[in-house]
Amino acid sequence: MKESEKEVSAKTKNAVESEDKRNLFYGLGFGIVFGFLLHKGGATKYDVIVAQLLLTDFTVLQIMLSAVATGMVGVYFMKSMGWIKLSIKSGSVGMNVLGASIFGVGFAVLGYCPGTIAGAVGNGYLDAITGGLAGIVLGTWIFAIMYPNLKDGILKKGYFGDLTLPGLLKVNDWMVVAPAVTLIVLVLFWIESAGL
Amino acid sequence: METFASALTDTTWSPYTVGIGIGILSWLSFLISGKPIATSTTFARAGGMIEQMIRGEKAKQRPYYEKIKLLINWQWMLVIGVVIGSFISASISGDFQVGVWVPSLWSSAFGDNALLRVFVAVIGGILLGFGARFAGGCTSGHGISGTLQLAVSSWISAIFFFVGGIITAHIIFFVIA
Repeated sequence: MKESEKEVSAKTKNAVESEDKRNLFYGLGFGIVFGFLLHKGGATKYDVIVAQLLLTDFTVLQIMLSAVATGMVGVYFMKSMGWIKLSIKSGSVGMNVLGASIFGVGFAVLGYCPGTIAGAVGNGYLDAITGGLAGIVLGTWIFAIMYPNLKDGILKKGYFGDLTLPGLLKVNDWMVVAPAVTLIVLVLFWIESAGL
Repeated sequence: METFASALTDTTWSPYTVGIGIGILSWLSFLISGKPIATSTTFARAGGMIEQMIRGEKAKQRPYYEKIKLLINWQWMLVIGVVIGSFISASISGDFQVGVWVPSLWSSAFGDNALLRVFVAVIGGILLGFGARFAGGCTSGHGISGTLQLAVSSWISAIFFFVGGIITAHIIFFVIA
């Protein structure tokens, strides 16, 4: 490689690194706002999360559904303008039915989830800071150990890939976004009117 | 009328204000960082980094850690930010909890033994961490960011997070308690 080429490649490398560094700060900033909002919503508290799972308080669902409806409209608008690309997780029946059900059991036993436990830590809850954090990290580590045995078996069972609902139904994005947002708003009204 | 400053010191906001705020945050996260808000891979990276501290570089060779890469990245910083953001909100609203080991809903059914609560939290955490990586996401990555993108994997996951959670919570509080 010529000297000048080396310089160019070093420069691009630096540019990539500083871009990454800047992105780390953005990540921190998004996290601070996210954590602030989670606390204001009460979602950093065991009592609020478990009351949702006991169906006595619908705060968590109200937060999630209004976030999803708001997010969906903006994200699909930005996608249609070509400003962003979606980031769809691939899935399978094994992952998203069995894995998510195991997650659900843990969700109820712990009373926090990975995002809200970070919020609970900031809120000062000691069961989250000690047992909760340790348990989650341990659980992911057990998964990492078992991963070679799971990846071509149960995780691939019923594999469907990075499918979206508009892709599955083979329709224009807005043919799904509009009814989905309408449905979410109706569910929120129903929750309100039922006094939950 | 409430001023902006006094709203910041309120302990709780309407869930709709919070939800719409998180929705707008997700627009910015896509637009500025090109990424959806998610948290659970960070816990897996943390586990791998701890193993790396104990066992050295060998830990990195686990296929799962090769896949997710053990580094401090955007999502790591996001999780740190969540701790800070929640701390700021709790502090300025006088809601920071000191010395609370046992949540009140838990103690209403199982008493205020801190050791029992921490033990159960470890068990719950293990299931949660394992399940999150099994499902490829958690309540934020699948439950909010994935569902808002209309991902099939995320809608199925979000439904089963709550199916599993609702059934288990009822067993804990109405059968075991």
